[in-house]
Amino acid sequence: MKIEIIRDLLNADVLCGEDRLSNDVLSACGSDMMSDVLAYVKNQAVLLTGLVNSQVIRTAAMMDMQCVVFVRSKMPSEEMLCLAKECGITVMTSPMRMYEACGKLYSEGLGTGIE
Amino acid sequence: MGEPLVFTYNVDGGDFTSAGQASVMVKKNLNQIGFSPEVIRRVSIAMYEGEINMVIHADGGVATVKVDDNCIEIVLADKGPGIADVEKAMQEGFSTAPDEVRGLGFGAGMGLPNMKRYTDEMSIDSTVGVGTTITMKVNY
Ligand SMILES: Nc1ncnc2c1ncn2[C@@H]1O[C@H](COP(=O)(O)OP(=O)(O)OP(=O)(O)O)[C@@H](O)[C@H]1O
Ligand SMILES: [Mg+2]
Repeated sequence: MKIEIIRDLLNADVLCGEDRLSNDVLSACGSDMMSDVLAYVKNQAVLLTGLVNSQVIRTAAMMDMQCVVFVRSKMPSEEMLCLAKECGITVMTSPMRMYEACGKLYSEGLGTGIE
Repeated sequence: MGEPLVFTYNVDGGDFTSAGQASVMVKKNLNQIGFSPEVIRRVSIAMYEGEINMVIHADGGVATVKVDDNCIEIVLADKGPGIADVEKAMQEGFSTAPDEVRGLGFGAGMGLPNMKRYTDEMSIDSTVGVGTTITMKVNY
């Protein structure tokens, strides 16, 4: 699924990394616990989260993720966006809640990446 | 390769916002040297977990990454409270992190086991009241 489709499905605003909207991603995950993302996530390219701090971006960067979606209209700081640009990560914010956002992407075919 | 490449970083314990900065820089450096994505990811995740631990459990410390001919060595040294029972700390789910750390997205007790999983060698040298030094190696 292209990142721009994720944007459309989640009614999201893209905050940085517009140049990668046509990139394809194969799977996603959702969590507010970066500990769990680091321990359980394998090759998921998209992270949906309600947590807003710099460690969200750094965690995504360490795991080679391509896109971070903040749910419930949460807004990252300028500093976080700078970091995301530096790490080559597309960041967007969606008015949807976590459950709805994950469900929407899953039902449209963006899987978990885990067989 | 000859002389090993060494990167050293001070990890600030007072400021959670900056926690993980050293790992981001190491990842960038390893990328420039041309390591495979798999090796870079293993080093990055293991170091990031250890760096976050130094900030939330030990008030910061020093991270040193050495690139040798066939392995990358990560040494994380702090003068924090030390780990009383290393075996227990290595168990998945064991955490002494306070609730406010969980509010920041950490403190599930997954870091140390994850560091072990992503590295080829890992040793913990810790003395209560003195500090902790964790050495990890990733072969390539
Ligand atoms: N550098 C350190 N100094 C002192 N204690 C430490 C240090 N690193 C780990 N510990 C102790 O070991 C426990 C387990 O660490 P581990 O990284 O596995 O989990 P955590 O940091 O509590 O949570 P998570 O890593 O999932 O965010 C910690 O809760 C803490 O008590
Ligand atoms: Mg930890």
